[in-house]
Amino acid sequence: MSDLLTPSQTVGPFLSIGLTWSGGHLVVPEGSPGAIRISGIVRDGSGAPVPDGVIETWQADADGRFDHPDDPRGASGSGFAGFGRCPTDGEGRYQIVTVKPGALGDGQAPHIDVTVLARGLLDRLVTRIYFPDEAEANAADPLLSSLPPERAATLLAEPAGEGELRFDIRLQGEGETVFLQI
Amino acid sequence: MTLAQPAGYRPPPPGTHPPLDHPGYKSTGLRAPSQAPIVLPNRLTEVTGPLLTAGHDDLIGPSDHDLTTQHAGEPIGQRIVVFGRVLDSDGRPVPDTLVEVWQANASGRYPHKNDNWAGALDPNFTGGGRVLTNNKGEYSFTTIKPGAYPWGNHHNAWRPAHIHFSLFGRAFTQRLVTQMYFPDDPLFDQDPIFNSVPDPKARRRMISTFDLEATRPEWALAYRWDIVLRGREQTPFEEPHE
Repeated sequence: MSDLLTPSQTVGPFLSIGLTWSGGHLVVPEGSPGAIRISGIVRDGSGAPVPDGVIETWQADADGRFDHPDDPRGASGSGFAGFGRCPTDGEGRYQIVTVKPGALGDGQAPHIDVTVLARGLLDRLVTRIYFPDEAEANAADPLLSSLPPERAATLLAEPAGEGELRFDIRLQGEGETVFLQI
Repeated sequence: MTLAQPAGYRPPPPGTHPPLDHPGYKSTGLRAPSQAPIVLPNRLTEVTGPLLTAGHDDLIGPSDHDLTTQHAGEPIGQRIVVFGRVLDSDGRPVPDTLVEVWQANASGRYPHKNDNWAGALDPNFTGGGRVLTNNKGEYSFTTIKPGAYPWGNHHNAWRPAHIHFSLFGRAFTQRLVTQMYFPDDPLFDQDPIFNSVPDPKARRRMISTFDLEATRPEWALAYRWDIVLRGREQTPFEEPHE
């Protein structure tokens, strides 16, 4: 084994030319049973919106299964793609329409993995979205429970109305989102 | 019931990926997180990942692999074939994975409202492409050689010619966005993005190789570029006994 990996580089400001597609933010079609919309703003260290970024999400289906051969229970075969991608707009806003993932059954609370790419990020950032209506599971989650409460709070989506959640991402400074090394 | 944990992916060796805070590249200043990342052991969500083949039949159009045929006329510039293999760091090919590219045209201009460089726009070149690797992990694009362009990061700053690449691999941990460069570019030494990679050997792995054998006579030059994604941790029963 060599570990001669290809290094990471920034997506630059013009990522929308090659890195987005229409409807990429729809993990499930709008109005699907159980659909939720997660939306938020990406901000930099001065609090200014980041208009040249993209958010990508990856998650289990509502039953906590992945349609992927490396799920030890076998690929679910559900056809649930689990992947969302949304460029930020001029005000730094993104949205993902999806369903809440089920628990995986391994002690972790339901969560969505998130990649943040933008001009000025030489490597991707990774974070997670957790759910506000899972207090008990969140309290037992190995990641959330390892963090000081004010930092753990940056990984919790906020209720924002029926079927709506808010998850802002702060790259740097006050309220900086917890980013993960995976 | 306890859920079995699949093997995770080996962390990148130090020096392979750029630090997020790299003052030479000004845009990192307000965007690099100030707190160290929290180490998260690879669990099921991280060792699986989007497989953008099933259910994404409309993702790749018929001319997405050939950026020179996406419009009515021929783009301006030197036609090139960019090809190679996507491997993991154990040398295993990564088949059926999405490779996305985007690049400037021969004048170094992107067709984007925020690109103010005075290089000419080319109505026959928009610079976006997509392809899936085959069962050997091979990919190939036909395109034109991008031009260098000035970008205002520092006095007389020019980006070396490059093509942006995006790869998924098979797992969330393998996601990679990078840039491919061309051999012998005189602009490497002054480019803070290229030089943000600490290990000079790793830096050179972003430079493609001119491949005379792969050129298409009287039609296109050819550059080979292999891309290596993270490989898996060995599972306990595979560990050597010495």
